[in-house]
This record gives sequence, C-alpha cells and structure tokens, in this order.
Amino acid sequence: MKLLESVEQPTPNGSIPSDALLATYNLVVRYGAAVALDGVSMYVGKGEMVALIGPNGAGKSTLLNTLSGINRPAAGKIICNGKLAHVPEGRQLFPELTVEDNLRLGAYRGGSRDPSPMYELFPQLHRLRHRRAGGLSGGEQQMVAIGRALMAHPDIVAVDELSQGLAPIVVSDIANHLVSLNKQNGTAVLLVEQNAQLALDITSRAYVLENGRISKEGRSADLARDPAVHKAYLGGQVSR
Amino acid sequence: MTAFVEYLMTGIARGLVFALLAMGFVFIYRVTRVVNFAQGAFAVFGGFITYSLLRAGVPQGVSELLAILAAALIGLIFGIITIAGDLPLLASLIITIGLSILSEAILMLIWGTTPITYSGLTGHDFVILGAFIQRQYLIVVLASLALFALVALAFGRTYFGKAMTACASNPYAAKLSGINVKRMGLVAFMLGGALGGAAGVLITPLSPMTYDADVSLAITGFAAAIVGGLTSPGLAVIGGLVFGLAEQFVAGYWSPSNETAVALALLIILLLWQARRMRLEGLE
Repeated sequence: MKLLESVEQPTPNGSIPSDALLATYNLVVRYGAAVALDGVSMYVGKGEMVALIGPNGAGKSTLLNTLSGINRPAAGKIICNGKLAHVPEGRQLFPELTVEDNLRLGAYRGGSRDPSPMYELFPQLHRLRHRRAGGLSGGEQQMVAIGRALMAHPDIVAVDELSQGLAPIVVSDIANHLVSLNKQNGTAVLLVEQNAQLALDITSRAYVLENGRISKEGRSADLARDPAVHKAYLGGQVSR
Repeated sequence: MTAFVEYLMTGIARGLVFALLAMGFVFIYRVTRVVNFAQGAFAVFGGFITYSLLRAGVPQGVSELLAILAAALIGLIFGIITIAGDLPLLASLIITIGLSILSEAILMLIWGTTPITYSGLTGHDFVILGAFIQRQYLIVVLASLALFALVALAFGRTYFGKAMTACASNPYAAKLSGINVKRMGLVAFMLGGALGGAAGVLITPLSPMTYDADVSLAITGFAAAIVGGLTSPGLAVIGGLVFGLAEQFVAGYWSPSNETAVALALLIILLLWQARRMRLEGLE
C-alpha cells in the first residue's frame, strides 16, 4: 500500500514472514512531541486471525489509523499485500444515512455496490436497510460498521474495539460472524480489543501493545495462559 | 390588498434568491466547516458576467448559464485558496473575508462603480388579484424551485451526493471508506459558487447590482442559513423566505430605510435562539 524509507537498523524481529499480508517494521508515529508508537513490528498472515490487546492509550487505535493512512508514520515501514478495511472505534457510521447507504458507501473505492452479501452475513440488517443508521442499537450499528468495511472487498479487516459498549451476548454473536467470515472467505482479521478474553479466544495469534511498544507476542492460547497477561488483561487468577 | 399581493410576490421571489445564497453557505459549511463569507461575491460576479455577456450579444438563457458556470469556477478557485492549505478553520474563515474584499476590488476594476442591470426574459407582466407582477418574479420562483429540486435529487438519489453527505456527517469515516474529503470540499465550493451565481443572475433584473453588493447579500444569505443551524438546506429555504418577506413588508408598510436594520435585528434574534438551542442540545 505504501512504502516509507526505512531509516533505522533492520528489524529486530526476524520472524515476519516474507509472504505476510500486512506487516509493519519499526513503525514510529508521533503526535507533536509525544510518541504514540515506538518501533512497532507486527504482521498478519493470509487468512489469519490476529489479536492486538493492550490498555487504553497504548496506541492500538493509532496503529490502525496509521495502517489506514489517516496518520503518517514518522519512521518505519508498512507493507500491505492486499486490501485493508478498517472498522473504526465507536462504529463511526453516517447516522443520517440509511443502513443501505452506509453499506454502499463502503464500496466507494470500487467494486460492486450491491449490499446483498452483507444481508446474507447479517440477516437482521435486511429488514433495517431503509432505517437511518443513527437510530439502530449498538449491536446493529456494529454490524453495519463491519458490513460497510466488508463492502470494500478487503483481504484483511481490522476491527477496533468490537465489544465496546455492547452486551456480551451481542459481542459473541458478532464475533461468531467474524470467525465464520474468516473460515468461509479467508478474510484475515486484525482484532483490536480491550476485552482480551474475547480477542484471545477467537484468534490464533496475538500481540500485546503497551506504551507504544509490542511487549509480548505469541499464540493466543499461550498468551491467555501467561500469568502477566492474565493479571493485566484477564483480571485475576489463571483459571483455564 | 393590491399592495399586499405585490409585497408578497416580491418577498417570495427575493426570499428564494436569499435561499439560494443560504444553501451555498450550508453546502460549503457542511463539508468543510468553513463559513464562506465570500458567498455574496458569487452572486455579484453572476450578475455582472451575465450583463457583459448579454451586451456582447450572447443570447439570453445562454448568458445566464455561462455566468452560473463561471461563478462555479470562481467558487472552485476560492475553495482551493481557502481549504487547500489545511489551515485552522478560523484562518480559512478570515481568508473568505479577504476574498470578499478582493472580489470587490476586481469587480470595480473590471466593471467600475456604476450599478448595472439587464432585463430578464421579456414578456407580459401579469396580474394577480389586481396587482401587476413582473414576469421576472415568476421566473425567479420557477428557476429557484427547479434548482432546489435538482440539488435535492443530486443529494438524495445519487451515490456521489450520498458520499458528499457522508463527508458532512462523519469526515473520519468518509476517509476510511476511501472518500477524498478535501476534494468533496472543493466540489461543495463549486456548488456554492453555482448557487450564489444563480442568485445573482436572477436578482439583477429586479434590483440593480453593484460591485459592493456582496456583503449585504452574504449577510442575508448567512442569516437565512442560520435558521437551519448552517446544516439544513430545507430550513435555509424557509429562512430565505422569512427574510425576503420581512424585508418587503417592512419596506412596504414602514420604510425602505428600515429594511437592513430589521434584517440584522432578525439575524441577532436567530443567532441567540440558535445558541440557546445548541446549549440545550448539549445538555441532553
């Protein structure tokens, strides 16, 4: 998607496969004098589900906004060998437009504007299609937000705070949709979550982002058992 | 009764012209968050360009359309100057005031300070309830209504129009969907230029246009746009009608010299009402 001159030493993380769908190398992002991302190297493979967990203010949303081209990196490199769609934190729908118009605008970059595949994925959106998006429940809005991103026919979809403000049952319903989308279409998923339990449950690999740096990475199941991760993000004793 | 009908017709026609200006404010503000105080200049250019084209022998109808296109182009240029630099909103707003002053200077250099006018489409005036109504008033009403319908269709029915609404609604999400929000801002400026140009083209046959008419036109258009909080095109049309009618009835039954004072008083009342409304909404 974009290449930036890599001014620093070769990445310390030698484990990024060359065929990764999306990869960042020593990504640095600054807001004025503040460093939001401080040398982040991570990747998502083809058809992979990857979690990015970490506390509030760690830089998770900054990373997604940089991948989407909203923020400009100060240093480092982003390689994207496919199309990325971004479901932003807080849904960010177009509230005065209808559900159908919201979905159709997701295809603005090109491709089919027919929203019917999204109605197959989220059947309940079909009867809501002529309603204004601003009047929907949080869960329905999250479905529209995901559907709008998927309308771009992405190879990878990055979801920022899927669970924010939603009831657990709604979250697990939408999460199941993401899993089946991943299984059926091979769409890779980068799930950014404060709800680490959910994120580690449905992904195969995960990163922990703290203070703008990747502090831990590994298989999701291993991270879920890691005492430090457990203490910080899963609240309490190891119970699995 | 005769006088009343005359004031009513004149007020509606002038009100619709103000509404065209107000919609220019609304579209530019919605997409760019810039209050374009050079909006009146588009109308003045529209009037003067039509005048020169007609004098050069360009047929009626064609002259008016060309003037509207020229105003759209001027809108685009003003838009580039105003928003291309990623300046703070306040700086952009000051730039539009500068562009308004610059426009007056350019208009004076090209056309001088003498007021101009031209006759609208000629034909018989008609009589409603005993009042003679110039045909131009009818043309103003029909042309403005046609423009409103066109704009409503463009925004409500087309994909591009919805993408523009999306930019106004949530610029961040629009960017994520791949919409070039800045380019949409320039399109909004072009649209504002065309609507302002149309306002000037329509109003010049009714009241002579001067090079420095832009400020009073902009103030009235802004006042009408404020009725809809600068974001609602429909309420801006109602605002335009309120101002057009108020102006005519004040001028007719009271004194023409009170026209501007009453318009400004109405504007202040509207601003206070809007501020109160926004505060109440903020408390919800």
